[in-house]
Amino acid sequence: MDGGIASLPLLHVDGLSVDFVTREATVHAVSDATFNLKPGEVLCLLGESGSGKSVTLRALMRLLPEKRARIAGKVTLGGRDVLALQGNALRSFRGGTVAMIFQEPMTALDPVYTIGQHLMEAIRRHKGGSRAEARKRAIELLDLVKIPSPERRIDAYPHELSGGLRQRAMIALALSCGPQLLLADEPTTALDATVQIQVLVLLRRLQKELGMSTIFVTHDLGVAAEIADRVAVMYAGRIIEEGPVDDVLRAPLHPYTAGLLASTVHDQSPDQDIAAIPGSPPDLRRLPPGCSFAPRCAKALPACNDGFPHPTYPVADRMVRCWRALPL
Amino acid sequence: MFGYIIRRILFALPIAIGVSIVCFSLVYLAPGDPLQTVLPPDATAETIAIVKHEYGFDRPVPVQYAIWLWHVVQGDFGRSIASRRPVTLEVFGSLANTAMLALFAVPVAFATGFAMGAIAGCYPGRILDRIVTGAAVIGVSLPNYWLGLVLVIVFAVEYMVLPASGMGKSGSAAFSLWRWSDAQFLVLPVVTLTMIPIGIIARTTRAAVAEVRSQEFVTTLRAMGLGEGAVIRHVLKNASPQVLAVMGLQFGYLMGGSILVETVFTWPGSGFLLNKAIINRDIPVLQGTILALSLVFVATNLVVDLLQATLDPRIRRA
Repeated sequence: MDGGIASLPLLHVDGLSVDFVTREATVHAVSDATFNLKPGEVLCLLGESGSGKSVTLRALMRLLPEKRARIAGKVTLGGRDVLALQGNALRSFRGGTVAMIFQEPMTALDPVYTIGQHLMEAIRRHKGGSRAEARKRAIELLDLVKIPSPERRIDAYPHELSGGLRQRAMIALALSCGPQLLLADEPTTALDATVQIQVLVLLRRLQKELGMSTIFVTHDLGVAAEIADRVAVMYAGRIIEEGPVDDVLRAPLHPYTAGLLASTVHDQSPDQDIAAIPGSPPDLRRLPPGCSFAPRCAKALPACNDGFPHPTYPVADRMVRCWRALPL
Repeated sequence: MFGYIIRRILFALPIAIGVSIVCFSLVYLAPGDPLQTVLPPDATAETIAIVKHEYGFDRPVPVQYAIWLWHVVQGDFGRSIASRRPVTLEVFGSLANTAMLALFAVPVAFATGFAMGAIAGCYPGRILDRIVTGAAVIGVSLPNYWLGLVLVIVFAVEYMVLPASGMGKSGSAAFSLWRWSDAQFLVLPVVTLTMIPIGIIARTTRAAVAEVRSQEFVTTLRAMGLGEGAVIRHVLKNASPQVLAVMGLQFGYLMGGSILVETVFTWPGSGFLLNKAIINRDIPVLQGTILALSLVFVATNLVVDLLQATLDPRIRRA
């Protein structure tokens, strides 16, 4: 798939599975996810709520509870085996190599610490240095994410900032230690529409300037089209289609992706109905034996209930998991 | 912050006045005529009238209250009906004795309870949590007068390592914390008194810590690469306002003195005094003790409010 040494992947995820084990049942949150990410590339994980996007991100950063989440597969970042990291190496990896932006900046920041205290704690944890140096760097970061009058805002508590400024502070925190990989978990979903666009534009600019690889989780196709180089569409814990953003959104190979595109409000005339995908996603505790989308799929074949389709590459650089895409 | 402090102090004043009205009303709320205890049963109507006038009972109630309050503000609670000593001396003497118990019980109970709760809250559902939670339930549920008696039987009667009751031969006035012959009298009552606050504070801390730990920002802290110690520091700071509120109440209770525990150990503290005053229908002593204890509560709440505001910036705006 990847040609040439220059485009060697930074991140390599191979057969990643996450099961949440409880006494009653095992929830297959993510099954057999495989993808690569090149340096400086932006990958969008697309899918509806509960499709395993956030869990995938958290697994990449090892943020899932070790007792309850059973992680399988292989994750390699810059040659290091992420799933084998322990102790101090793991803590340096979090925040230092990989950083995460969360969906809800109000609850994702410690309410009794100032923005500056958050930033300074992260900076001093990873880069060391004196308080004064860390504070200077924190002000620079707030300036970088375009927070007005950063010298004053650095001493503000999260509740004293607007939603947009809080998310900018969250971004500054994620960028504070120069991560190679940025994970953004629906970073604009909780914001007002106008603020969403500002934050999105800021993120895109910073990503380009700093050349970070980014995985951007969203359920919004418009956001994906705006920011992504590639998209991976998730359904019921599996990546069912992956490829360059323009190709996937223009000519989807998987019926679910096509359904998602058809159900988006986009240029229709006001009296036109929006095509919704019938039914609802399967119970992750009891996945159907075949393709998990088959029960809702208008184009399902008898073969669809026999087993989950293997990845196929009908076009160069594009992956799809659908029996219809296989030569029969 | 300064405005918040002023506001809190201004809020505390009407509460203090309300408390003083309740204390004053005790004279009228208590069953029976307060004069009965002073007058001989065969007093003539004329004598009753004279005594009534003497005590000011023939004046309108609000005037009586104003006069009483005026004296109280000057530190004059009248004289004890039983001992004829000034109430101020009785109240402050006993309050000082109870404070001596609290001086040891408060740090022991607060530190132990907080540490137990923090450990349990960090490992919810694990064995350590169950042990701590179980111990906390036992601490809260054991009747402390019973525990006091058991401790006396074991340590004073069986093994004779600690005295059973009282303050020793130097008594209340010459009691010295620096002499073991005196200080040993503190051990059993202090241990008995700490049990309930330890249990309550441990359970509150556990609940607060477990609740804070499930909040989203804890994931952010881990994602920042912070170690478990740094994460726990954040969690404890977030949990502490809730715990402080409960500690304030427990501090008030400890200063109020436990009637039962002080009676078991014949410790001449405020609980003991209150018990005596109730039995003797010693209204001035009751008024003085209850007012002093209520003011301790009001002051404690004020301090807790201010501490909470320094820990949690969101409270300052309220």
